[in-house]
Amino acid sequence: MPTQTNSSTNKPEEVIVLNNVKKTFGPMTVFEDISLHVNKNEVVSVLGSSGSGKSTLFNIIAGLYGVDEGIVKVKGSIGYMQQKDLLLPWKTVYDNIALPLKIKKVAKEDINMKIQKYLPVVGLQGYENKYPYQLSGGMRQRASFMRTLMTAEDIMLFDEAFGSLDSVTRGQMQKWLLEMKDILGNTVLFITHDIDEAIYLSDRIYVLSKIPAKIQKEIVVDFHKDDKDKRLLSHKLLELKSEILKLL
Amino acid sequence: MKKFINTDKIYPAIGIFGILIIWQALVVIRQTPMYILPSPIDIGLALVKDWDLIYYHLIVTVYESLAGFAISIILAFLISIFMDSFNFIKKLLYPILVISQTIPIIALAPLFIIWFGFGMMPKIVTVVIVCFFPIAINLVDGMDSIDDDYLKLFKSMKASKIQTLYHLKLPFSMVYFFSGLKIGATYMIMSAVIGEWLGGDRGIGVYMLRAKNAYALDRVFASIVVIVGLSILLITLIELMSKKILVWQNERDEE
Repeated sequence: MPTQTNSSTNKPEEVIVLNNVKKTFGPMTVFEDISLHVNKNEVVSVLGSSGSGKSTLFNIIAGLYGVDEGIVKVKGSIGYMQQKDLLLPWKTVYDNIALPLKIKKVAKEDINMKIQKYLPVVGLQGYENKYPYQLSGGMRQRASFMRTLMTAEDIMLFDEAFGSLDSVTRGQMQKWLLEMKDILGNTVLFITHDIDEAIYLSDRIYVLSKIPAKIQKEIVVDFHKDDKDKRLLSHKLLELKSEILKLL
Repeated sequence: MKKFINTDKIYPAIGIFGILIIWQALVVIRQTPMYILPSPIDIGLALVKDWDLIYYHLIVTVYESLAGFAISIILAFLISIFMDSFNFIKKLLYPILVISQTIPIIALAPLFIIWFGFGMMPKIVTVVIVCFFPIAINLVDGMDSIDDDYLKLFKSMKASKIQTLYHLKLPFSMVYFFSGLKIGATYMIMSAVIGEWLGGDRGIGVYMLRAKNAYALDRVFASIVVIVGLSILLITLIELMSKKILVWQNERDEE
């Protein structure tokens, strides 16, 4: 079980730890024994085919579901983003983004300052007074991303967040996400069924089996770490892909 | 596009106008006496001639209806929020609400007069009994139909119950609220009139009853015209209001 990484002098800080987690829904066992960890500033993907309990795992980490056995530790604030952008259609982009801060009862001026600071970063400047239905799918996901950011700055969970976008927009959003991650310096956990997406974005990949799911393998993606764009054209991507396909 | 809008309005107008002409013609040709069926022109004349008296009665009816309607809306909000907050209360009240609607109002209204006297009170209660239900049920169903993912999102933002209600549940159920409001508005004048029939000294229902007893059918029809016109006016107002408030909904549908 790959729970411990190199225990040398500068041991990375683990912000998400799952130890021997078991989860059942009535008679159905979704996970028998799941252990994984995510280090600070890492991009980690959990890859599984549909029906592997990915979303359950996601809900457990987000703190929405409890577990039957095992330990779940999350250090820092956690925000999540889904395939559906879940923007409130009756609120403007600005009010949608401000919502988590409003709920935290942050003062109006502070909300405004924070939003004005991040709007240009995520590329939503000039869109703040539009309604979600006036935006394209990619722009809506950006707004949803920014709302997630306002919910929590430390850890971001993505549940097939770009699944409903067309492939061109999805590629752009993936690239954009990596840029965001560099700027914000946060930790990202991706839950996806898209192998290319997982390889392109991640530092490490956990491959999940079918229900009752367990971690099939932990893969460290160690090529082209500095310029992930190059990964897309690398033959190593294909090798890794065929390896993962055998596991799924 | 313009052409379509025109025909949208022209056809209903032709329909209504056509019926009026046939009606008028039949009454004239067959020389039907006024106490059996007055002609549209007779009705129009009665409406003009008797307008002061009709207005005197109408004011009371409008007051009763609007008061009852306002109370219904407030009650509906309170009950539906209460039902949404506590699941057992929803299970407790929902069937009672539905059953209460099957009781014939015409049987209840005389009791209200016994309980509340001949003033405005029993009429207002009648309006509330009729209008409260569609508004409340629509609100409850609206809050019920919110996507679970939205609720999870609010949970992840650590929103309190009141915050979730204010930012999510109430705005989301506005669409349902307005469709309940429209149903309520169609019945609201009518239910006040039913209350007035059974006793009272002022109101369009009282006027109608007296006219009927005097076989002044032109006046009976004149009061019907007034009730229909007023109801349509109210529904139109609510429709306009809902269009204004639910801009996002309409825009989204057109997408």
